[in-house]
Amino acid sequence: MAPEARSPTSPATSPAGPLLEVRGLCSHYGRIQALHGVDLEIAAGELVALVGANGAGKTTLLRAISGVQPVTSGDILLAGESVVGASASRRVRSGIAQVPEGRQMFGPMSVEDNLMLGAYTRDQRQVATDLDGVYAMFPMLRERHRQAAGTLSGGQQQMLSIGRALMARPRLLLLDEPSMGLAPNLVEEIFATVEGLKESGTTIFLVEQNAYAALSIADRGYVMETGRVVLSAAGRALLADEKVKAAYLGL
Amino acid sequence: MFAEFLQFLLSGVTVGAAYGLVALGFSIIYNASHVINFAQGEFVMLGGMSTVFLMAAGLPMPVAVVLAVLVTVVLGLLLEKLAIEPARGAGVVPLIIITIGASIFLRGVAQVAMDREFHAMPPFTGDAPIMIAGATILPQSLWVFGGMAVMGMLLWYFFARARFGKAMLATAYNPLAARLIGVNTRLVLLCSFGLSALLGSVAGILLAPITFTSYDVGIMLGLKGFCAAILGGMGHGAGAVVGGLIVGIAEAMGAGYISSEYKDAIAFIIILLVLFFMPNGLFGKRTTERV
Repeated sequence: MAPEARSPTSPATSPAGPLLEVRGLCSHYGRIQALHGVDLEIAAGELVALVGANGAGKTTLLRAISGVQPVTSGDILLAGESVVGASASRRVRSGIAQVPEGRQMFGPMSVEDNLMLGAYTRDQRQVATDLDGVYAMFPMLRERHRQAAGTLSGGQQQMLSIGRALMARPRLLLLDEPSMGLAPNLVEEIFATVEGLKESGTTIFLVEQNAYAALSIADRGYVMETGRVVLSAAGRALLADEKVKAAYLGL
Repeated sequence: MFAEFLQFLLSGVTVGAAYGLVALGFSIIYNASHVINFAQGEFVMLGGMSTVFLMAAGLPMPVAVVLAVLVTVVLGLLLEKLAIEPARGAGVVPLIIITIGASIFLRGVAQVAMDREFHAMPPFTGDAPIMIAGATILPQSLWVFGGMAVMGMLLWYFFARARFGKAMLATAYNPLAARLIGVNTRLVLLCSFGLSALLGSVAGILLAPITFTSYDVGIMLGLKGFCAAILGGMGHGAGAVVGGLIVGIAEAMGAGYISSEYKDAIAFIIILLVLFFMPNGLFGKRTTERV
């Protein structure tokens, strides 16, 4: 069955409704409109992928959800409550953390400082165990905890960036192009990490140009083109879709 | 011969310590916003002048000093709130021009609210010179140097240990990532102006008993501090201190061995040489980013 454009496929919603709901979201860069009324939703515990070409508005959407990109109209609801008027800082406190495109390290600061800054909004007495948790997930970070983050390799930086976001104890983890610029074996490792996070119960919104890998592990997927969601379906259904195959999988 | 050299060195270190404080102020605001705050010198002037006028109003010196610092910090915060924050989207160059406007405004207000005379502030602890190996040093010089050392250590502790200090540094290194981890970067910018005003006013107060103060001392002290910050590498804390000391010592040596006529030119010769040959300064950012 081919998915229809904009069809509201039924996500595995909990009775309380979706964790994240985006309704008619529009955003502009100056006079240029980057998002044209985006609608999507993510249920608690889901791994949802967003794929699309360069410039489709994927990063803009994630930045709007995090509150670092202004929104011109529409609404963003976290567990039913609108966060569209809240500052980026308040959104982190209410449970939205992002692993931004290009890793965005605090380069000259140590690995451990980067991780601890991830927990900036939290009570510092509670974060020691979380730091151990991140080190257990990425033992390489523990070995290099004093090293400047900017001196790590690309793959190590990506893991640090994920670890930093996890230090906020997010209810919703936004991942922007985590596989970008990494060698194939590292890409596999990153995707395995993402799957592991999903299994541990984290709700994940994954933006990827590597559509095949992203849709393979996702519960559901959305396809974006020029600022609009044009397709949505279960991850595997999108992988089988002829249009998606032609446009994004190179098949 | 040596006594003469030591004398120049001591006076250079004294004034250099004050330049270092001013340079630290430049660096903190630069880190938070990439703006060069040309009103930095006015913070120095406001510190010294307010102390003089509060003392003339009958307040004991310690009270006057604390109040003068507070007044300057409040003015620094107001400058950010009323002039910088509303124009935040305008880009760095318009913001720099705003700070130039603010410095002219503050100087004008100081002329009207206080006066246009030169004022001598009494030294903190007497003026009996201390002899060191044939050279003399005023007790106030020790205050200036000690003041810089204490402020430098407090700042180091703040940026290396305190959570908000680290968040300010993080904002300097990557503003987007700082916002994404929940740092209120507006508050960081506001605090950077408050902190710079604090450093500037302390420099102005410590230096006023040695150099006199008036409504326009901020121009030169601000520019010399700017030279020091560029020499040390804009945005680098230890660089600012070292840059200040080098500019101060070079100035004192130049005034002593060449001619005191050229005293003010020396800082500007240094800044030209730095910009020609090592634009990143002594401790300038070595890029450690790997993409």
